[in-house]
Amino acid sequence: MAKHAIKLTVNGAPREASVESRLLLVHLLREGFRLTGTHIGCDTTHCGACTVLLDGVPVKSCTVLAVQADGREVRTVEGLEKDGKLDPIQEGFMQEHGLQCGYCTPGMMMTGRALLDRSPAPSEDEIRHAISGNLCRCTGYVNIVKAVQHAAGKREGA
Amino acid sequence: MSTTPRTSPEVCGMGHSMKRKEDPRFIRGQGNYVDDVSLPGMVHMDIVRSPYAHARIKKIDTAAALKVPGVAAVITGETLAQYKLHWMPTLMSDTQMVLPTEKVMYQAQEVAAVIATDRYAAADGVAAVEVEYEPLPVVVDPWKAIEPGAPVLRTDKPDKKDNRIFHWEAGDRAATDKAIREAAAVVKERIYIPRIHVASIETCGCVASFDKAQGKLTVWMTTQAPHAIRTVFALVAGHVGLSEEKIRIISPDIGGGFGGKVPVYPGYVIAVAASVVTGLPVKWIEDRMENLQADSFARDYHIDAELAADKDGRITALRIKTLADHGYADAAANPSKFPAGLFSICTGSYDLKHAFAEVDGVYTNKPPGGIAYRCSFRVTEAVHAIERMTDVLAQKLKTDPAEFRFRNFIPPEKFPYKSALGWEYDSGNYAGALKKAMDIIGYAELRKEQAEKRKRGELMGIGISSFTEIVGAGPSKQFDILGIKMFDSCELRVHPTGKAIARFGTKSQGQGHETTYAQIVAEELGIPAAHVQVEEGDTDTAPYGLGTYASRSTPTAGAAGAMAARKVRDKARKIAAHLLEVREEDLVWEPGKFSVKGAPQKSKTIQEIAFAAYTNHPQGMEAGLEATHYYDPPNLTFPFGSYVCVVDLDRGTGEVKIRRFVSVDDCGNIINPMIVQGQVHGGLTMGMAPALLEEISYDENGNVQGGSFMDYLLPTAVETPKWETAHTVTPSPHHPFGAKGVGESATVGAPPAIVNAVVDALSHLGVTHIDIPMTPEKVWRILKEKGVAE
Repeated sequence: MAKHAIKLTVNGAPREASVESRLLLVHLLREGFRLTGTHIGCDTTHCGACTVLLDGVPVKSCTVLAVQADGREVRTVEGLEKDGKLDPIQEGFMQEHGLQCGYCTPGMMMTGRALLDRSPAPSEDEIRHAISGNLCRCTGYVNIVKAVQHAAGKREGA
Repeated sequence: MSTTPRTSPEVCGMGHSMKRKEDPRFIRGQGNYVDDVSLPGMVHMDIVRSPYAHARIKKIDTAAALKVPGVAAVITGETLAQYKLHWMPTLMSDTQMVLPTEKVMYQAQEVAAVIATDRYAAADGVAAVEVEYEPLPVVVDPWKAIEPGAPVLRTDKPDKKDNRIFHWEAGDRAATDKAIREAAAVVKERIYIPRIHVASIETCGCVASFDKAQGKLTVWMTTQAPHAIRTVFALVAGHVGLSEEKIRIISPDIGGGFGGKVPVYPGYVIAVAASVVTGLPVKWIEDRMENLQADSFARDYHIDAELAADKDGRITALRIKTLADHGYADAAANPSKFPAGLFSICTGSYDLKHAFAEVDGVYTNKPPGGIAYRCSFRVTEAVHAIERMTDVLAQKLKTDPAEFRFRNFIPPEKFPYKSALGWEYDSGNYAGALKKAMDIIGYAELRKEQAEKRKRGELMGIGISSFTEIVGAGPSKQFDILGIKMFDSCELRVHPTGKAIARFGTKSQGQGHETTYAQIVAEELGIPAAHVQVEEGDTDTAPYGLGTYASRSTPTAGAAGAMAARKVRDKARKIAAHLLEVREEDLVWEPGKFSVKGAPQKSKTIQEIAFAAYTNHPQGMEAGLEATHYYDPPNLTFPFGSYVCVVDLDRGTGEVKIRRFVSVDDCGNIINPMIVQGQVHGGLTMGMAPALLEEISYDENGNVQGGSFMDYLLPTAVETPKWETAHTVTPSPHHPFGAKGVGESATVGAPPAIVNAVVDALSHLGVTHIDIPMTPEKVWRILKEKGVAE
């Protein structure tokens, strides 16, 4: 199968890879780059466990080909903490008990991060709609909503 | 109401909302789930599955698959038959295929496995395996399965002449029949509780690694019960040389379990066999469709229930007859002596004299099961039946469902209470919980609002569920799995510097054991919870235990943790007496230190004592400060609660909108209020899900409907209401620290509250029952039939 040389930025660092046309971005991240914080929960783009930011926009990386990330910027859960300082969204999930098994959490936090980037003080409805493509089986979402609100109250640089 | 902490926030014993010790790794994406395990030389496995629900396998041609680049091997039933590993026992002493040699019994059944260098090559290999099938008559409907002349499905069992698996019954049939005959009022309903799936966001999988030189098998796997799995593997594969001391099961971080990760699935066994045969580590990770279509289901109970009352409106008798569809094998995960689980909790929270319940299990051409779905064994089915029937009877008697419950509750002074079906309820205050829930939601006002809305033709309903759970299996007299008693364990070691490690026989899948177990030790010893490292899930290091399911961790392993800590404290007392040069009985304990009676300035902290245990212990005493406890509970625990739900029905679309939902749970003493509330939130959501959205059904050919997230609908944040939670505290009298277990109460209690609310909205139109899931289409059809659809 044909291989493609791609270059992309992952969590701020330049990366190169030689990938098959069909390789999914999630597999490149998890298996190629060993960034296993991004999870896989379904095959149909419903669960959102694999959500990463592609040029700042949340995408489900099980439905993006690795070649589509060529020349672009990917941010994963591993890229949230900066210089030993947790992102407010990470703080929010921890403080508000927004996670239990932790499996949906990375995708949920990336979606939450993207929401706060475009809407720094979202309403509860806005939060619920933003995360409606991310399924959580443990928490009943109540504390996830609070976690995002917590992060909104402690905006980056604020 | 909550449990008042006795310890300081620094120590963080029971009652503190300690932030979770698990979270720092999870929020950084540094969890270690099975699919994150990667070993040198690891190969990948993918599975060929049957498109037919029932078919003879005429031929499996692997030639083309073996030519696919990267494919190393194809394993079929014939391969496994050479090692007598093509069938395996289920936990219920039935048998199921690992890989078939003759026929397939359900759609998506495993037919062959492809081993390849990566997951893409393995998938290519799967596509290239050619299987020739001869379709056979399909039995989908369990009622048809028990008709005379129905095709006998288990032709592998030479003596089997029908599709019946078991008959189970409890109670006094004759006395119940008589009580129902003589009752002033009797109601009867057929209630179907459909097949559903736990659908944890992490699917199932494993990495099996057989080290030929050492003869040692290590399996990282998604299991809720690693120790039991080790023993099962040793029993199933002993004849091919796997010996229990050479098997290590590691259950790493688990992305949700809910009962779905209790059974041994064929994929695990094939991966182990593949690793033993190839000598390479083999990874198998299900995709979501495999997970939904082939892993164990829950529920699938067809219940005929009758409830009777005397002329004063007091419940006198309950009679239940149930048909349980188990698919092609009874692969339920119940304690061995309980083929219908703890279904006999079906008399619920009510003081009634006569009850009889029976369950018949049958085979059909569907995946084997059934397991729980975040509930203790078949408790959700039981609670659904009694909480629905209570409302149906109240409706017939034209009595408010709350008033009817207050009239019939087991009163607090009757505990411990012996139920008509033989359980001894440990404690309860049912009226207290319901009253609290009604006060919070404003029940009386809501009834007024409903009456006014009804005049305007608006459909609003209020539903109550006052459930009793039965968890914490269980006492060794009655409870075992394959003969292994259902105790659980803790091994606690206190280090010289006063820090500790505690290992348990259970396995958290998100419940927060690393935090709550540390708090139990902190409560008992006064060592800060931050200094107590909790480990579970590695059979080479943790003491033997039966695992985490059925809300049993706190009642069993949590109790073991407290008992181990108390043993440590007993030894610490001896050391303190030695250090302080007083008699043991002259010492008083407060969390964290012993002091001399009457001279509180003379004291030794647990940390000082721990140091002395290694540096200055009394002559003749063993050095060290550690203890192990295997806890055999004297009884089960009986958490309870009352839920009140308010719904509005959309007359145009049939949509059920949950306006408010108030839960009052009583799980006894609370270790960590934050975690308990989180468990209730999640449980309520997994109670709402089957009530409104989830179902796995089959067409007449046995084709699965609901086999992917396209049509198996998990609730999102948009459908999920904002839960309002509260508690009462009625400690368990027999548990070491009065706790009862909470992980599943809400899943058990929520569905009937929602159904009761929807039926209540339609009761004036003569509706007495609606089966779940109450989809917009189903509700709209009822509205249409009753002439109220817009």
